[in-house]
Amino acid sequence: MARVPTRTLAVPPVSVTASSPPRPREWVTLLYRLARRRTALFGAAVVLVVILAAVFAPLVSPFDPLEQDIGQRLKDPGWQDEQGRLHPLGTDHLGRDILARIIFGSRIALVVGLAAVLISGLLGMAIGLVAGYFGGRVDDFLMRLADIQLAFPFILLAIAVIGVLGPSLRNIIIVIGVSSWVVYARVVRGEVLSIREREYVQAAIALGSQHGRVLWQHVLPNTLTPWLVVATLDMARVIVIESALSFLGLGVQPPTPTWGGMLADGRVYLSTAWWLATFPGLAILVTVLGINLFGDGLRDTLDPRLKV
Amino acid sequence: MKSYLLRRLWQSVLVIFGVSVVVFLILHLTGDPAALLLPPDATAEDIAKFRHDMGFDDPVAVQYLRFLKGAVRGDFGQSIRHGEPAMGLVAERLPATFELAGAGLLIALALAIPAGIVSAVRRNTPVDYISTVVALLGQAMPTFWLGIMLILVFSVRLNWLPSSGRGDLEHLILPAITLGLFTTARITRLTRSGMLEVLGQDYIRTARAKGVGEQPVVWKHALKNASIPIVTIVGIELGTLLGGSVITETIFAWPGVGRLSVQAIFNRDYPVVQSAVFLLASTFVIVNFLVDVVYTYLDPRIRFR
Repeated sequence: MARVPTRTLAVPPVSVTASSPPRPREWVTLLYRLARRRTALFGAAVVLVVILAAVFAPLVSPFDPLEQDIGQRLKDPGWQDEQGRLHPLGTDHLGRDILARIIFGSRIALVVGLAAVLISGLLGMAIGLVAGYFGGRVDDFLMRLADIQLAFPFILLAIAVIGVLGPSLRNIIIVIGVSSWVVYARVVRGEVLSIREREYVQAAIALGSQHGRVLWQHVLPNTLTPWLVVATLDMARVIVIESALSFLGLGVQPPTPTWGGMLADGRVYLSTAWWLATFPGLAILVTVLGINLFGDGLRDTLDPRLKV
Repeated sequence: MKSYLLRRLWQSVLVIFGVSVVVFLILHLTGDPAALLLPPDATAEDIAKFRHDMGFDDPVAVQYLRFLKGAVRGDFGQSIRHGEPAMGLVAERLPATFELAGAGLLIALALAIPAGIVSAVRRNTPVDYISTVVALLGQAMPTFWLGIMLILVFSVRLNWLPSSGRGDLEHLILPAITLGLFTTARITRLTRSGMLEVLGQDYIRTARAKGVGEQPVVWKHALKNASIPIVTIVGIELGTLLGGSVITETIFAWPGVGRLSVQAIFNRDYPVVQSAVFLLASTFVIVNFLVDVVYTYLDPRIRFR
């Protein structure tokens, strides 16, 4: 994963040649330009905090997210227990610390987000490359597949399939990953359509290069920039979908803490304990906002013409 | 133009056909629809008998043709829980879902278009910043959380509006806002960027130069041209709204297709699930075809493609 951004950033925003070796200066300039956008920087900071919280959850979390204490159920935010331990966001209906559960809940959100985006991104990239490069009937067929995929109300299809297969981390990742490829395919295809006509691609074909080699060496590198922008923004959507599935009881099953699952629990206690439903929702809101701001900045820096 | 629309119509038919294949396959994902449709305590003999009675031991292609034959007549089998035709149950709930989605879209358009225009015309003023921040928050807010927060404030605390059920206008307000906010945010940003693009065009400068007032320039010359992408997105957003209705209806106990299908999934009532998925997906395809028809009148350039 870590290698992808560096390689991608190395591709200039308006590529003239694909085969020129990426010079380190270019991406330093791009990073500098990205950092000058304050909203993008803010978004990046938020995302970084969420990632750190997820990775170091056992270290930063004040409590065990599964530790129940029926004597301490539904305590207000800022409540201190007998041992003098502070529960900054209060406790839930089983006496579990809400902050700890939110910190651990970020793990599921990020794992599903990353894995599903990777699956749909690779799938969409492959379909977009083939559709755009070969055109004609192949293109028609693949684009009709895209229309069929888009026709389904996403959540309904996802819950129907997960209802059949059974809810588990693996199934959620597969279902979201396999059914989110369209936006990648369309963007990559659009790029390929214009790259295919460039002289260096035509020259490579004329010189007898295999299709696979042309695609891999000359076409694919130029599609990475828009792909990265789409992947970033799509990650936000996937996180919302994951929490929606958990909210409906079709996500990762309890007692594993998920933001959507916490919201569903909190909904029952809405009239007596508002904090149960409020804080996990804020966690989703802030995370998604951070990703969106970062993604918008990335798009404006790398590829302002991109309409996503 | 006629050939373009005919081609689009043919594509729409193909897509609905593809939708039917996917809907059929939902039941066959685990490889054994009989075990899926029967209660978990069914005996092996029950399952074997049911499998034979329902024709699940035929080749998949034969089963699909049988499914398709039923589907074109609107027959998706009986609801396992209610014992009625599944499609009938879903169709009964369709008006409620359309009402909610329509209200959500109406709210979105009524808020987003003026907000987007004002934002673009008064670029980089406090009005623009506020509308941009609200739009960003609206796009980041999960529907189900927004719904719960609205219930918390307006039903539980203030006791102004009902939190569940369908009835008069009061019942519609909270679910429609919940469902419409994401679309509002999207259309606001699209209108703003579309207007900014158009306002920079030569013909706007020409209109201003020949003395056309600022109001007609914005509302007539600019908006007319900026409205083309808005029309497209209305069709696409309908998919978002129909999909979002699944969550919104569950939160507000709104008796529509979305809530019915969530209940059906938990009851393992798959004929109802299949009918709902098929009906909503087909609605989306048909509406988008109609949007394209409108589009060819709005943007004559399309007719020559």
